Amino acid sequence: MSQKEQQVIQAIEDEALFTFAEYDPEAAERVGYSDYSYWGSTLKIFLKNKTAIFLLALMASLILFTTIQPYLPNQKSPTKIHVDPATGHPLRNQKPSNEYWFGTNVIGQDLWARIWSGTRTSLLIAIIVGIWEVGFGIFIGAVWGYVRQIDAFMTEAYNVINNVPTTILLMLLAYILRPSFRTMVIAMCATGWLGMARFVRNQIVIIRDREYNLASRCLGTPTSRIITKNLLPYLVSVIVMRIALSIPGTIGWEVFLTYIGLGLPIDTPSLGNLLNEGRQVMMAPALRYQLVFPAVVLSVITISFYVLGNAFADASDPRNHY
Amino acid sequence: MLKYSIKRLLQSLVTVFIVITLVFLLMRLLPEEGYFGDGYDKLTPEQRENILRKFGLLDPWYIQLRNFYSSLLKGDLGKSIIYRPDVPVIDIIKLKIPFSAAFGLAAICVSLFFGLTMGIHMARNKGRFWDKVWSSYVVFINAVPAAVYLLFIQLYITGLKFRGRSIFPMLFNRHDPRSWILPLISMSLGGIAGYALWMRRYMVDQLNQDYIRLARAKGMSDKQIMVKHVMRNAFVPMAQYLPASVLLTISGSIYIESLYSIPGMGGLLVDVIQRQDNVMVQALVLIYSTLGIWGLFLGDILMAIFDPRIRLEKREGAR
Repeated sequence: MSQKEQQVIQAIEDEALFTFAEYDPEAAERVGYSDYSYWGSTLKIFLKNKTAIFLLALMASLILFTTIQPYLPNQKSPTKIHVDPATGHPLRNQKPSNEYWFGTNVIGQDLWARIWSGTRTSLLIAIIVGIWEVGFGIFIGAVWGYVRQIDAFMTEAYNVINNVPTTILLMLLAYILRPSFRTMVIAMCATGWLGMARFVRNQIVIIRDREYNLASRCLGTPTSRIITKNLLPYLVSVIVMRIALSIPGTIGWEVFLTYIGLGLPIDTPSLGNLLNEGRQVMMAPALRYQLVFPAVVLSVITISFYVLGNAFADASDPRNHY
Repeated sequence: MLKYSIKRLLQSLVTVFIVITLVFLLMRLLPEEGYFGDGYDKLTPEQRENILRKFGLLDPWYIQLRNFYSSLLKGDLGKSIIYRPDVPVIDIIKLKIPFSAAFGLAAICVSLFFGLTMGIHMARNKGRFWDKVWSSYVVFINAVPAAVYLLFIQLYITGLKFRGRSIFPMLFNRHDPRSWILPLISMSLGGIAGYALWMRRYMVDQLNQDYIRLARAKGMSDKQIMVKHVMRNAFVPMAQYLPASVLLTISGSIYIESLYSIPGMGGLLVDVIQRQDNVMVQALVLIYSTLGIWGLFLGDILMAIFDPRIRLEKREGAR
């Protein structure tokens, strides 16, 4: 034993130099305590983003408006063909006026009513598909990530499905099932969850064995607390972002399916149908309003949800918290 | 490297086999009208049965599958029924592929060049004016359905006039290079946004890494760091998806080819679906999905060439 070590041992044995501290729970808390709250920080950062607040208010009022629009006074039916009482001819291609705020379309239906009815349809499809995507995707992804035995099989299955381009899968499904509101939703639900499932699986695989989770487990943190405090914050942000982002995505697919003639039947107004109707008359400059109005409404909706989704994702990412 | 390539090759072959079989079985669900051609209503039930028998559709499914594979191995994808009656599918698509491939490849080059430049520019000006300008472009292109902005580009830009003549013709004409410009630009917009967004994120990520700090500490210039470190590393993940996108250019762009009347592959699948030509639908779906698989295979091999670490690790498919 060297002389230095002996000195150290002596120093430790010397009670005057080394005493055990009294256990004081308050003192222990003082070091480990921070007033960090996940949701508080998320909200704080989100509220700083003025654009996001504006868009959130815009979309909230838009959803409210489309829901109550049919019950407001002076609203017309979206499918009724308006007839000129004097001549008995349908009022085709009427310019926007006091009577028909956005004009009428080629067969004399009120464009204003059709746009809001179409927005309702499209948003409904988008929200159903979004919720399904998230619910089913998370379920499959969680099973895939947690149960190690099926990981290899699921990965191969994923590779097979993912190899077939979505466009083709969607077109085939829409073809086999024949167009209607239900088949549209089914076709999009059948393809959308895949990306979500893969994402959740990857997140779980990555986070599961991170050092801080390992540390929590070693310290005896109960599983429920690990899930709510360590795993969920990562996933919640993704879930909300995915719902928000799936809205522009789903609307885009709906427009695409309608464009290629596999969309909703023409008697159901939807943003895709309206855009398609507008496209057919766009070569006449006087009738372009029939394309411009639906296109503007559609773009405002998709951009808003896209920006909102991203803003929320940024705000809820714990790495951006301070 | 060889071992890895062979393993991936076998894996891809299995996937191709599974996908082809699945597609074939899925196709049995297609509406039967698609096998009769025009005059479906005039046929008696016996005649219909005869036609179905001629196609071998009344055999049990496993015999159908065997016949299907044996003709597939001979390179026979069948003959069109309605689209162009009795013309082999191969002959139809042979005329269309060059248009789609030429536009697709040109669009990939354009979007790679402008997308990466834009991404680098954004990362360099992070949080400043140009970053915001390009970001709003990316948001717009990603959020708004392509149909909307493509329609408006065609509608308003072809309306621009110079000395009373429009600068860009409304429709594609293979002898008039001016008519190639708008389809090419339209086709590249999405790619530019995608590459720019990815490049920006990648660069912002990488520039904070220790190896970049070390390189800077060694006294390397920004330009050298960009070319030798960041760009080289950035190419690895990109190498994975490039082959698939190059191969899939032959499928064409549905929107653009139909808007500008380009006689490419883009609208073909839609066309044959609407006219219910089942043999054509089946052949096209087969071609596209097989190409997708080979694209990913080539991508993995290319990535392994550029990134030596990959060969040594176990491949994790879903990343």
